[in-house]
Amino acid sequence: MSTQVPETQETEESEAETETESVPVAQQRRQQRKADRRERVEERERERTEEEAASDENRYHLKVFRYDPEVEGKQEPRFDEFHVPYHKGMTVLDALMYARDHFDSSLTFRHSCRQAICGSDAMFVNGRQRLCCKTQLSDLEEPVRVEPLPHQEVVKDLVVDMEHFYDQMEAVEPFFQTNDLPDGELDEQRQTRENREKVKMSTRCIWCGACMSSCNIAAGDNEYLGPAAINKAYRFAMDEREGSDMKEHRLRILEQEHGVWRCQTQFSCTEVCPKDIPLTAHIQELKREAVKNNLKFW
Amino acid sequence: MSQSYNRGLVEDFGRWREFSAGMWAWIFHKFTGWVLVGYLFTHIAVLSTALTTPQAYTDTIQMLEMQPIVRILEVGLLAVAVFHILNGLRLLLVDLGVGLEAQDKSFYASLVLTGAIVVASIPTFVAGAF
Repeated sequence: MSTQVPETQETEESEAETETESVPVAQQRRQQRKADRRERVEERERERTEEEAASDENRYHLKVFRYDPEVEGKQEPRFDEFHVPYHKGMTVLDALMYARDHFDSSLTFRHSCRQAICGSDAMFVNGRQRLCCKTQLSDLEEPVRVEPLPHQEVVKDLVVDMEHFYDQMEAVEPFFQTNDLPDGELDEQRQTRENREKVKMSTRCIWCGACMSSCNIAAGDNEYLGPAAINKAYRFAMDEREGSDMKEHRLRILEQEHGVWRCQTQFSCTEVCPKDIPLTAHIQELKREAVKNNLKFW
Repeated sequence: MSQSYNRGLVEDFGRWREFSAGMWAWIFHKFTGWVLVGYLFTHIAVLSTALTTPQAYTDTIQMLEMQPIVRILEVGLLAVAVFHILNGLRLLLVDLGVGLEAQDKSFYASLVLTGAIVVASIPTFVAGAF
């Protein structure tokens, strides 16, 4: 972070000031050098900001949601405007990070890997749940409105409370479990290529919560498992290595009142999923599985 | 989380401009469904109160069909019913897991088809009323 440079200089300076009385020559020289360096850094900083100001037409206009229940004066939600200098390939997350580093260090949002794997930075950008790190600014209309995910409690600025989402994910037992073990002690549990292909898309979930936030039904029914959790269950229920006992067990969780049957096929989740998982298709398939499992005509 | 706030229109129909095809299909299906339920009850109520004599029945029907507003409402009823039927077929396909990638196209198709059928039926419905 470039803002760090002048900050450390300042602390050094204040330390130096406290001991200016009767300083040895060497120290004076050192201080002189530091002062010079500081000037040079400031010079460079100034040049850079001037350069950026010159390229004013190449700035992106961001409207970012701000809210902080702990600070008086921020308790009323508002939108802050940032004009971020654009460079080719800039994502919404890059722009937010620039705004935080250069304009307002109190701007709060989650991010980690910046390559669509950690699933931390799902936000509501221009009226749609998107993963900020894989959303190009050039694809968006200005001003770019960045808001926290809808239908979730806002903790601060763009950070939402994910607790409920994680609870729902855990409710479907999102881990491999089986009593269908191969005979030999050292045998591997093999999966056919076809079966792997079947569950492939469902394994891509990164727990970002975009689907859950886009789902109207999940918003109105807190007990509904939600698309992400059902997709997770699909990943294991359809995995042949888990065996029929386990599948039965998983379907019992899924076919409850607030399980798969709450889905009303709005396709919102499928549309917003940053990993292109066909969530609705998976939920529909589990519905059919549940019916087959209960009817047993064959 | 006790300290939060009401996000108001962000979370309901304030966002209708950003709704996608599947969402609109859902909203229209709900709406047409409720209209049909409402019509069904009105239908039963009106006809059952007119069943006293054959003449009373004819009078009621004639009185209703004389009014242009009823003719227009009938066109509306047809539109609602046709859309509900076509989207119902679409949902049937969705439930069977057929063509889920084309769900938005099938929604547009049902809209267009509804429009075509309704426009084609207007002459028959309003004939003699105006």
